[in-house]
Amino acid sequence: MADLSVNFAGIRSPNPFWLASAPPTDKEYNVVRALRAGWGGVVWKTLGEDPPIVNVSSRYGAISYGGSRVMGFNNIELITDRPLAVNLAEIKSVKRAFPDRAIVVSLMVPCEEAAWKAILPLVEETGADGIELNFGCPHGMSERGMGSAVGQVPDYVEMVTRWCKQHTRMPVIVKLTPNVTDILQPARAAHRGGADAVSLINTIMSIVSVDLDLMAPTPVVGSMGTHGGYCGPAVKPIALRMVGEIARQGDMAGLPISGIGGISTWRDAAEFIAMGSGTVQICTAAMHHGFRIIDDLTEGLSNWMDGKGYARLRDFQGKAVPNFVHWEDLDINFKTLAQIDQDLCIQCGLCHIACEDTAHQAIAALRVDGGRRYEVIDEECVGCNLCSHVCPVDNCITMHPAETGLPFATWKEHPNNPLRIATDPLSTKALA
Amino acid sequence: MSAGLGDGERSVRLTEAEIAAKLGEMALALTPDEARVEADRCYYCYDAPCVEACPTGIDIPGFIRKIGTGNVRGAAVTILESNIFGGSCARVCPTEVLCEEVCVREKQQGRPVTIGSLQRFATDFLMERGEHPFARAPLTGKRVAVVGAGPSGLACAHRLATLGHQVTVFEARPKPGGLNEYGIAAYKVVDDFARREVEFILSIGGIAIEYGSPLGPDLTLDSLRADYDAVFLGLGLSDPNALGIAGEDLPHVRDALGFIETLRQLPTEAQAAAIGHVLVIGGGNTAIDAATQVRMLGAETVTILYRRGPEQMGATKVEQDWAQTHGVTIRHWLAPVAIEQGAVALARTRLADGRLIVTEEVLRLPADLVLKAVGQSFADGPLSTSRELPAFARGRIAIDGDYRTSLPGVFAGGDCVGRGPDLTVQAVADGRDAAHAIDRFLSD
Ligand SMILES: Cc1cc2nc3c(=O)[nH]c(=O)nc-3n(C[C@H](O)[C@H](O)[C@H](O)COP(=O)(O)OP(=O)(O)OC[C@H]3O[C@@H](n4cnc5c(N)ncnc54)[C@H](O)[C@@H]3O)c2cc1C
Ligand SMILES: Cc1cc2nc3c(=O)[nH]c(=O)nc-3n(C[C@H](O)[C@H](O)[C@H](O)COP(=O)(O)O)c2cc1C
Ligand code: SF4
Ligand code: SF4
Ligand code: SF4
Repeated sequence: MADLSVNFAGIRSPNPFWLASAPPTDKEYNVVRALRAGWGGVVWKTLGEDPPIVNVSSRYGAISYGGSRVMGFNNIELITDRPLAVNLAEIKSVKRAFPDRAIVVSLMVPCEEAAWKAILPLVEETGADGIELNFGCPHGMSERGMGSAVGQVPDYVEMVTRWCKQHTRMPVIVKLTPNVTDILQPARAAHRGGADAVSLINTIMSIVSVDLDLMAPTPVVGSMGTHGGYCGPAVKPIALRMVGEIARQGDMAGLPISGIGGISTWRDAAEFIAMGSGTVQICTAAMHHGFRIIDDLTEGLSNWMDGKGYARLRDFQGKAVPNFVHWEDLDINFKTLAQIDQDLCIQCGLCHIACEDTAHQAIAALRVDGGRRYEVIDEECVGCNLCSHVCPVDNCITMHPAETGLPFATWKEHPNNPLRIATDPLSTKALA
Repeated sequence: MSAGLGDGERSVRLTEAEIAAKLGEMALALTPDEARVEADRCYYCYDAPCVEACPTGIDIPGFIRKIGTGNVRGAAVTILESNIFGGSCARVCPTEVLCEEVCVREKQQGRPVTIGSLQRFATDFLMERGEHPFARAPLTGKRVAVVGAGPSGLACAHRLATLGHQVTVFEARPKPGGLNEYGIAAYKVVDDFARREVEFILSIGGIAIEYGSPLGPDLTLDSLRADYDAVFLGLGLSDPNALGIAGEDLPHVRDALGFIETLRQLPTEAQAAAIGHVLVIGGGNTAIDAATQVRMLGAETVTILYRRGPEQMGATKVEQDWAQTHGVTIRHWLAPVAIEQGAVALARTRLADGRLIVTEEVLRLPADLVLKAVGQSFADGPLSTSRELPAFARGRIAIDGDYRTSLPGVFAGGDCVGRGPDLTVQAVADGRDAAHAIDRFLSD
């Protein structure tokens, strides 16, 4: 049984699974249910100044795809709509009841030092383990100069982080918005400001659909809609890339990362950890299925680690980071070929039509004794993987490295590259 | 499905509505939710095997995808473009030996996409809107006579009308639909579906039906050829086969097809006859349908007698299961040798070198009603009143690859030619393709 416990920027929790700051962590009632179910920790739904904000009715939109619900999820909610004192009292009571769990409090107050200075001691008084600065919320709060309006300006991120570090002894996690062109800029700003950790991603600005009867973006509030924040399985690839991007920067080495975005299963979590995350945070998957998913999250991760011989999370944490390189560092001589397992093939023809119409005409559609047979034409296959993705049968099309006899080489040395760097003539010759 | 097969009820005379309730419906319509979930199971295959297995070649992945995207009307049009009887085919096709048998999901999971039920979902949607989705081409001024208002005749008539020709259908009976109206089991086409579907088909316009106008006595093929630019024969098979054994003309012996016809047209009369011990002789789907319905109507025991084994039965495995799970016993390797008052004498059979041997071992089973379901043959009587006859082959009308009989301008399709299996969907494919052949003939 693998050891799943973590010490994340000084915050301890029995497992790396935290509930992200969102409706699941909005009240003591939910949080207690979550912690009882076995979640390692929670980031309390973002607190703000009194009077509390007011939410609209109809708040969520979602994408269903191929019969699967909530592939992508979108909300136009704001931070907590309950008075500060109520939240603080509940946080205190929860922390007292669950001393071994990570109780982190998300905060968003106006971009003035006094505002932060005022709220920090109140949070500290609850016994919470740390704070998370919500610089991410892309709607509602940003119009008021908070949330992503701060997160999109690196100087503000640095400034607010610094204030918090000055006015509290609690670890400070800075939650980054993905609504920027270069995630490294706010990450570095947080780092400069003295952040103990970063967490990412918050939601992505989005319109999930247009109601074609009401002619308004969804969710429709009366007769109108607004953009919201996108999350759920659909955003995982975007989040994973941003996490990896930060993890591989030498100048931020050692900065703990809490990975967030589309994590639904232990496998997703393992990927974020391999990409450098110390903890992971989950919102949509819990909102879709309830807190009980924690069972499989912990057990699945632990079983997988046992199978791989990883005793602790740190045994594989960040292990994929060195292999996340820039395109120009890839081996341009590597070649892989599609292979069809004819015993598994059900003759649906999807690989053929995909490759024929949109790739490399490398899958022949044959008739053998009247029956359909699909065969890869090795000479035409460029190893793009398209067929293996469209094939509906698991492991029916697999990719296999092909012997090219060529050495490792990258685009940087390739003869077709006008900006190539001089290299030993042998490999250049081999390429030519 | 039907409930309450209790014996005690057999003496009770039921109303038509009660009988319909008793027979129930073989398969229920999908809800929109079920349709969406099932549609999502389709892989949208390229060069899909299911399309090849459908005699009318419906673009199955195409229409299923449209259901999935919520374009249900478009799905229906895709179906009806290939098969104007898409609604009844969705109900009566033995999909387990057609499209669904070769569905790649069957290969992958042993559970095909239920193409028939999706087809029904789409066609029902369109028919309930009371809309006819096709328009006629500019009128050609050509007139075509179609004999027989069964699936082949009406499919031909509809396509001819679409192509701009004027069609007159001559039908011997008082109602259209052929075996869809008179032969198909009641639980496959409930709520007068066959009639509603014909109305839908005729709403294209340009088709007139003359009921009670049999080819033969007054109306001859010669006169039709003289009066019309072309003729299509969709006569079906109307001669029930005989057993050729003693006692066949006893009053408790009936032809199964005739019995089903009574059931479809005069249900209360059929119910009155469905009593005691019933023996059904035959191994095709007529035997299955007759046996199952007579059992549902209240007969005490119903036994199908077939002279070979389960694998040789014309009825599919699904059909055999259907009968058996509805209280019908199927006994194999028994051939009737004589019908007696209140019983049937049967000889045991066996195979020797692939040949069927009727042994001397005879047993008797009690029978209050005997239904013969040993197939129908083509009746050439209606044609015999004509001076010039088309050529015949294998007991049916001979055609070439283009549905032409040996007589110029005379085309034929459906069961009366037997180009493929004797199925509704084959008759529809024949009628449709013959219409195009006629169109080519008329424009030459
Ligand atoms: C009991 C039974 C159950 C069946 N169940 C199924 C099933 O579940 N699924 C399936 O796919 N198939 C089934 N079939 C087969 C299917 O019904 C036929 O293949 C199909 O109806 C053939 O169509 P058709 O147009 O060729 O002939 P028919 O449907 O027989 O139509 C012929 C038409 O021509 C008319 N006609 C005949 N002679 C003359 C004449 N001299 N003058 C004018 N009109 C004439 C008839 O009255 C009839 O209207 C079943 C058949 C039977 C007998
Ligand atoms: C309804 C809803 C409300 C949210 N509210 C907050 C919030 O108050 N503060 C915050 O930092 N993030 C908030 N988030 C963002 C989540 O914490 C998380 O970053 C995001 O949903 C991505 O994770 P996921 O894909 O697991 O849902 C909210 C998300 C949702 C769906
Ligand atoms: S890997 Fe790409 S090129 Fe090769 S067969 Fe598959 S789709 Fe075609
Ligand atoms: S996609 Fe897969 S199952 Fe379908 S034909 Fe190609 S190899 Fe076979
Ligand atoms: S074979 Fe099955 S999965 Fe493929 S297109 Fe036909 S119905 Fe769909």
